[in-house]
Amino acid sequence: MASNSEYVRLVNVTKRFGDVTAVDNLSYNIGKGECFSMLGPSGCGKTTTLRMVAGFEDLSEGEVWVGDNLLSSPKKNHYLPPEKRNFGMVFQAFAVWPHLSVYENVAFPLRIRNIDPAEIDRRTTDALRATNLLKVKDGSPDFLSGGGKQRVALARALAINPDVMLLDEPLSSLDPHLREEMRFEIKDLQQKYGFSIIYVTHDQSEAMALSDRILVMKLGVVQQIDTPLNIYNHPANKFVFSFIGLSNFLQVGNDNGHAAIAGGSTIPKHWAIPDELKGEGVLSLASRPSEIDFVSADEPEAIKGVVTRKAYLGEIIDYQLKMGDQLMRIQKGRRDPGPEVGETAAVKLLRPFWYREND
Amino acid sequence: MNGTVKNGGSSFGVAQIILFISIAILVIVVAFPVLLIFFNAVWVEDHFEFANALKVLWEEEEIFQALINSLIIAGGTTVGSTIVGTFFAWLVTRTDLPYKSFMKSMFLVPFMLPSFIGALAWKMLLSPNAGFINRFFIENFGFDGPIFNIYTYYGISAVEVMYLFPFVFIQVCGALERMDPTLEESARISGAGLFTITRKITIPLVLPSILSGALLIMLYSMAHFGTVAVLGIENGIYNIPTLIYERIHQSGGSFASIRTGTILATVLVISAALIIWAQRKILGSGHYQIIGGKSFRPMELKLRGLRWPLLIFCFLYIGFTIILPTVVIFLVGGLSTYGLPFTPENLSLDNYKFILFEYQVTKDAIFNSVWLGFVAAIITMFAGVMISYVIVKMKVRGKGILEFLGMLPFSVPGSVIALGVILAWSGQFGINLYNTVWIILVAYIARYMAFSLKANSAALEQVHDSLVEAARSCGATMWQSLRDIVIPLVRPGMFAAFFLIFLPALRELTVSIMLYAPTTRTIGVAIYTLNEDGETVISAALAGIALILIVVGQTIINKMTKKAGE
Repeated sequence: MASNSEYVRLVNVTKRFGDVTAVDNLSYNIGKGECFSMLGPSGCGKTTTLRMVAGFEDLSEGEVWVGDNLLSSPKKNHYLPPEKRNFGMVFQAFAVWPHLSVYENVAFPLRIRNIDPAEIDRRTTDALRATNLLKVKDGSPDFLSGGGKQRVALARALAINPDVMLLDEPLSSLDPHLREEMRFEIKDLQQKYGFSIIYVTHDQSEAMALSDRILVMKLGVVQQIDTPLNIYNHPANKFVFSFIGLSNFLQVGNDNGHAAIAGGSTIPKHWAIPDELKGEGVLSLASRPSEIDFVSADEPEAIKGVVTRKAYLGEIIDYQLKMGDQLMRIQKGRRDPGPEVGETAAVKLLRPFWYREND
Repeated sequence: MNGTVKNGGSSFGVAQIILFISIAILVIVVAFPVLLIFFNAVWVEDHFEFANALKVLWEEEEIFQALINSLIIAGGTTVGSTIVGTFFAWLVTRTDLPYKSFMKSMFLVPFMLPSFIGALAWKMLLSPNAGFINRFFIENFGFDGPIFNIYTYYGISAVEVMYLFPFVFIQVCGALERMDPTLEESARISGAGLFTITRKITIPLVLPSILSGALLIMLYSMAHFGTVAVLGIENGIYNIPTLIYERIHQSGGSFASIRTGTILATVLVISAALIIWAQRKILGSGHYQIIGGKSFRPMELKLRGLRWPLLIFCFLYIGFTIILPTVVIFLVGGLSTYGLPFTPENLSLDNYKFILFEYQVTKDAIFNSVWLGFVAAIITMFAGVMISYVIVKMKVRGKGILEFLGMLPFSVPGSVIALGVILAWSGQFGINLYNTVWIILVAYIARYMAFSLKANSAALEQVHDSLVEAARSCGATMWQSLRDIVIPLVRPGMFAAFFLIFLPALRELTVSIMLYAPTTRTIGVAIYTLNEDGETVISAALAGIALILIVVGQTIINKMTKKAGE
């Protein structure tokens, strides 16, 4: 028996298109009822992975399992077509059928399954109620807004009461304010119905808000799999650091432990360079704009720069400091009085991270 | 259209002038001749006679039969073409048929072949007694009679289907290719198999495209002259255009025949208007937004065991409908006398040389067609740009009239235009162009205005208003922004319009046949009349040369448009 924490299993999944490896030896497990996001820039292989799970793409290598059922395995010459996999799926472009009413869109997967008509009506109505669509059920989805269409798609996916829901950038076609609202609606539905979610997105805040765990991908290769908090606080590498949240990278010359920003301040001894990086000649010093304090110039842990820009963004003030020939961004609350443009300022990085320059 | 930007006061005068010229062109070229037809249909001597016009339709048996025939042939052609076109479109877009893109281009070939030349070829192949195929079966397999008689409703419709189905094919292919694949994928993940998806999702979603293509064929077939003229008249099957031609031709243009012609033409215009109205209605109400964002490859139905049989079927279809008739035309064109067997000693290039270098009739015809096509294409292209510009881009009072007039060219069939220009330009209104090449030119401009308007307005719609506004805000005058911004951007549309007119004009028959004089034959007229006069081999050779001209022209365009697209 597969355990609850290993409900959906991807084992060494690889996908090649000709000479290009779109997904390279990917393995992970998803628990029952877990919300798992695949996050990465476009072309990183996240959608291809989802489509392999759905059954729209063949695997080049590896296996996909759900519970005790093998779905795809090129080695065993086994392939279950998408229509037999019993997933719910929501697409970016809504993909609701304009020639069917909202009700018929949602009832479609049930009708295909030859379920008793009374049962079809009950489950369709349930799904429509859960997505607040009862009022518009007889109209064509063409007349609904983007959010309305996406609700129809969600209701359609819910109707069969799937164990696993595949969401392919479901919110990317919506207006920003709707996006946030729908995000929580999806989360509520998940809590109510208890399905697992595999969620593909390129929007890190969406992934952070929804997910139990996040997988960060780049060029078909997994960078990190962890909880949102850990991904943010302990990024595995420079790519993950840059992809999640705002980031500064300063190029630092390193001469046997004596490190200095090119053309700028010497790096304080306290900011320990990890042992494995000590031999590198050039390092990258990463920091978050919100994790930098202005300090007095005689503070031993300070580095100095000249303020070249100061912008008020409502609640926060956004500074740009020039250090040597490099720029750094700092964000502070608007209540803290900060230096003005042209002044020299000393700053302290609260959580410096070190990476190889060419990571 | 967006009506938010008010026209500046400075260009008011210019806008009015352009609008006036545009309206004048459409009125003179299209509206006036059509109005004359309506007028003549119901005006007898000095008063209106509506009842009489209807009586002519109902009581003269031959005329009533022509109406019925037009309906039967158009109906059969439409149903046949829709089935054939939709099936092949589905085959080349949604299945794993081998050599799909090659097959797709092959299915578009009939688009450029003139159907009356095809009809000539099928007459040679399947006429009941002399057709090569029929004779082959009678002589070799002891058949008592022909295996298929092409001089029937079935024969005529079948030949029209062969040359018209691309209208549906191209529409449905386009819809299937543009359709968002996730519409089908979401049905699949919902548990539906490919057959169910095709039936419940795919076909309903492309139904508007199928119907719109079908109506286009209906419109074309109702008013189609060539095929019926070649295959029907022999057996007494007339449709509306052939009957108009026959009546006017036989009576030498008598008043009674022209009146009958105008009544029939009125019927054609009304049916065309109804068809176009229905088409707009379908496209308007059922035009789903099915065009997707992300483009993954759409699902392909695995044909499995049927893959190769269906490919062979496609090849057979193309061989039978395109290659066989073409080969027959060229072979017959090479014979010294029609009826001789196709042996090397009977075949030569003599006919082709004769046509190109010696025979005045065919030399004139080729010259006339090229000249007429070129001049008509140039004039219509420029007029089309101007009129489309007013309709699509300008905000000027009185534009509604122009929009209405701009619809007219789409709903006026060729034979109606021919009759209209006869009424308008035979001297009753001070100008007599009858029996000159100019009357054909005027008719060509009217006939092809719709193509030009379509291509140019499509191109102009792509040019967003803000581009012109940006130019104006940089200090360009209206003329400068036209010259430097709009014209360069719509040049591909103008280019397309030119060739959309030039090539069909090369092989035009419906209009020219009503207007030609002994020295103003066009290629189409020459082929048709030579064939009627029994000069079968000369006619076939000229048809062969026309085919070469058309194919070469089309190849050049394809090359050029490909380059322009890069």
